[in-house]
Amino acid sequence: MTPQRLVGARPEPAFEITVDGRPVPVVPGQSIGAAMHAAGIRSWRTTRFEGRPRGLFCGIGVCFDCLLTVNGTPSLRACSTQARPGDEVTTS
Amino acid sequence: MNGYDLAVVGGGPAGLAGAAAAARAGLSVVLLDSGARLGGQYFRHPAEGFHAARPGALHHGFGRFLRLAADVTARADVRLNHRVWSVERGADGVVVRCLAGDREERPVTVTARRLLIATGAYDRSLPFPGWDLPGVLTAGGAQALLKGDLVAAGRRIVVAGTGPFLLPVGAGLAAAGADVLGVYEANPLAAIALRARPLPGKVAEAAAYGLALLRHRVPFRGGVAVVAAHGERELTGVTLAQVDANWRPLRTRTVACDTLAVGYGFVPQLDLPVQLGCATGPGADGGPVVTVDAGMRTSVPGVYAAGESTGIGGAELAELEGLIAGRAVAADLGRRVAPAPALPRRRDRLAAFAAALQRAYPVRDGWHSWLRPGTIVCRCEEVPYSRVAEARRLGARDARAIKLLARPGMGWCQGRVCGHAIASLAGEPPAPPRRPIAQPVRLGDLAAPPDSGTEPGQAPPKEIR
Amino acid sequence: MPDVVVIGAGVVGAACAYYAARAGLDVTVVERGSVAGGTTGAGEGNVLVSDKEPGPELELALLSNRLWRELDAEVGGFEFEAKGGLVVAETDEVLAALTGLARTQRGVEHTAVSAAGLAAYEPHLTRDLAGGVFYPQDAQVQPMLAAARLLRASGARFLPGTEVTGFLTSGGRITGVRTTRGDIPAGAVVNAAGTWGGEVAALAGVDLPVLPRRGFILVTEPLPEPLILHKVYTAAYVTNVASDSSGLETSAVVEGTPSGTVLIGASRERVGFDRTMSVPVLRRLAEQAVALFPALAERKVIRAYCGFRPYCPDHLPVIGPDPRAPGLHHACGHEGAGIGLAPATGRLVAAAITEARDGLAGLPGRDGLADVDPGPFGPARFAAENA
Repeated sequence: MTPQRLVGARPEPAFEITVDGRPVPVVPGQSIGAAMHAAGIRSWRTTRFEGRPRGLFCGIGVCFDCLLTVNGTPSLRACSTQARPGDEVTTS
Repeated sequence: MNGYDLAVVGGGPAGLAGAAAAARAGLSVVLLDSGARLGGQYFRHPAEGFHAARPGALHHGFGRFLRLAADVTARADVRLNHRVWSVERGADGVVVRCLAGDREERPVTVTARRLLIATGAYDRSLPFPGWDLPGVLTAGGAQALLKGDLVAAGRRIVVAGTGPFLLPVGAGLAAAGADVLGVYEANPLAAIALRARPLPGKVAEAAAYGLALLRHRVPFRGGVAVVAAHGERELTGVTLAQVDANWRPLRTRTVACDTLAVGYGFVPQLDLPVQLGCATGPGADGGPVVTVDAGMRTSVPGVYAAGESTGIGGAELAELEGLIAGRAVAADLGRRVAPAPALPRRRDRLAAFAAALQRAYPVRDGWHSWLRPGTIVCRCEEVPYSRVAEARRLGARDARAIKLLARPGMGWCQGRVCGHAIASLAGEPPAPPRRPIAQPVRLGDLAAPPDSGTEPGQAPPKEIR
Repeated sequence: MPDVVVIGAGVVGAACAYYAARAGLDVTVVERGSVAGGTTGAGEGNVLVSDKEPGPELELALLSNRLWRELDAEVGGFEFEAKGGLVVAETDEVLAALTGLARTQRGVEHTAVSAAGLAAYEPHLTRDLAGGVFYPQDAQVQPMLAAARLLRASGARFLPGTEVTGFLTSGGRITGVRTTRGDIPAGAVVNAAGTWGGEVAALAGVDLPVLPRRGFILVTEPLPEPLILHKVYTAAYVTNVASDSSGLETSAVVEGTPSGTVLIGASRERVGFDRTMSVPVLRRLAEQAVALFPALAERKVIRAYCGFRPYCPDHLPVIGPDPRAPGLHHACGHEGAGIGLAPATGRLVAAAITEARDGLAGLPGRDGLADVDPGPFGPARFAAENA
């Protein structure tokens, strides 16, 4: 079973974004963070003092742990930013 | 000041019901929600692009939600992707300042004669060694990924914490094909059963989830907590502890897993009511909730609150409170509203149930013993427990002083994640959150001249899902 | 019985406790809240000499500036940064006034900076400026940590959660305090209650016109690279500080912090103790900061807070023994300069207390205080008004 099968999804064709240059498929409507998680990218930000790895935590826009840069715009929450075709995501 | 009759902040069950009731009574209503789709956390559902045949497979009452959302979309201005960062009282109502759009955000100001705050809640987190490793998510975060994006948070998942919410999270992930290694409730099950006895509906609901877990062979244990997470770049395992009634570890064992979904109940989102000066009082768990009357009116004239902000109570109670609030707004603005004396009575009954349920899942102080000196307590500012202890040695006696000296709560999340823990470490109940800026605002947007705002009639594209 | 009870554990109270203890006095500090819970906890940590017009306050600031450097070595742990301040002028006229002021600030090191030279100090500063003056002595501390560290280093007995409800008196002398946790007899009492200093004085039956002057501060997201290297402010700040207006005044004061955030001030309003957020004020602060540093436009504000500067009508702090209430010393009313002026205040108060006790002036307690005439800060100036 998969989540998509559970709800009987017939998703539209996936589009691609890149995360630090690596292509990641996205089902239209997915958040950048969800698409990254689905692609197995779960650790992307490092903290500014100790360089600790971070990714999604709260998943609903509260914790700001999942910040990344999209097409040059910094400090966006991966969990609440919808992916668009061709998005270039960079992490730090 | 004119604008709308009513601005509703939050498109979950409470906000939808409030907007629908007020709009049905003839009011002009705008509903603002930070998300891309209506539904809030409870009715979070996949985007249109998935074309889900059974979008409600992970929800109770999804059909009801769709009808409500359609009703609101037809009768009110629904503005999605609008994050409210400030509310102020104006000459004749409220000024609601938002940031619209998800990345090209722009400032939008909405004015209304009345305001309904239905901003819901988020997971309550407790710190423990390793909890900031990627792969550790809040229970709500795992649920949001599943319900909203159809992504299982991981392959081998441990679900832990306290509260009735852990069961649907574990059951949902198992149903979606994840290997759920166990659902671990920190409180002893016998104690919960005893306290939840007067709540037959909840016991039946829990039993149903329990059966679902059984079907997927997922163990459900009480008196067990995750006291440490392990890994370098990502989570590779957790330490499970059999805990005593106060949550002090007795015996531990380590389990390999790639994901931990952990939650200790919920914290109401109170930024906006506190900005307005709405009175708060202690909720069932001792934390602050908005004080309301039988019509969901707060202490500030013209401001109403419904749903989790008045006390954690779940979707059914939230929807009922929204309905009551929407009707009260209409009545207060002189619209004829058919009397419905049964509504407040039902609300009181459900609220009493919800409070009893919350009290059945207390958070015990024994979690303090899970901390090591180097354990991160505030994720944003990377404040280790040792620095909190040092602040206390320097004379910080309350949570605010700890924050001033050691910086927990000063970072991006503004203490939403660590606030409960810091208050608990200071030995006090959490204070109402003072966040005059409820969402980060670009300085350029803050500096921009105030825009004229959106007025009724300039309806945006309608969108439910 | 302690020699001294200090009321208030803000940075001024902590400095009084520190220097009193160093003078050999036995000190107790009472605080109704927690350490640094009042205006100290809402400040930026300014240690400035640049913004003081020539006069007694500048002398106090210069002494304090030296003392902060000593304290950094003796006590430390409060993020002392000798970063220097850059005051900028938008027009040639303002620049002339600014450099004119700098020439009169005796004892203050400064360097005039041409419009073209500003970028060497602050690469991200707007090019639309006429020039500025750099003040290398300006510094910054983390004010809450500074108060807490000084208090701890003093070794004073600290009673948080203890509110003063009145004074003990004997034969017309103040002989201690009444608190919510019992009476504390003492040889002398120091009113270091900051913005609430007037209320404390009233409990002793003396009038002290200390009033709140509200200020907001915006805090940005932590930046990956430092964008702002010094404390940077516009020349208008100096005139605003000295102004008597009760209306809103704002001027840009922008600086980075060791935690990576940028602090943006400064607003001044006399609106009582009203904490209600004012979007128009925040808007003005944002506008002015972006005008100085255009790159800030893309950065996010994550927090805003307000505090209440303890302000006296003549803009001078109240420091020293109160002739109307023997045994009571004041150390409050520092307006926006309390952090900067705290150590010198503590020194003056400690010297006054030891002198009052020993009946002698010019003892070692006065060492290094020769440059500062305590007269202008004396509470007697209010006694004269009332007489």
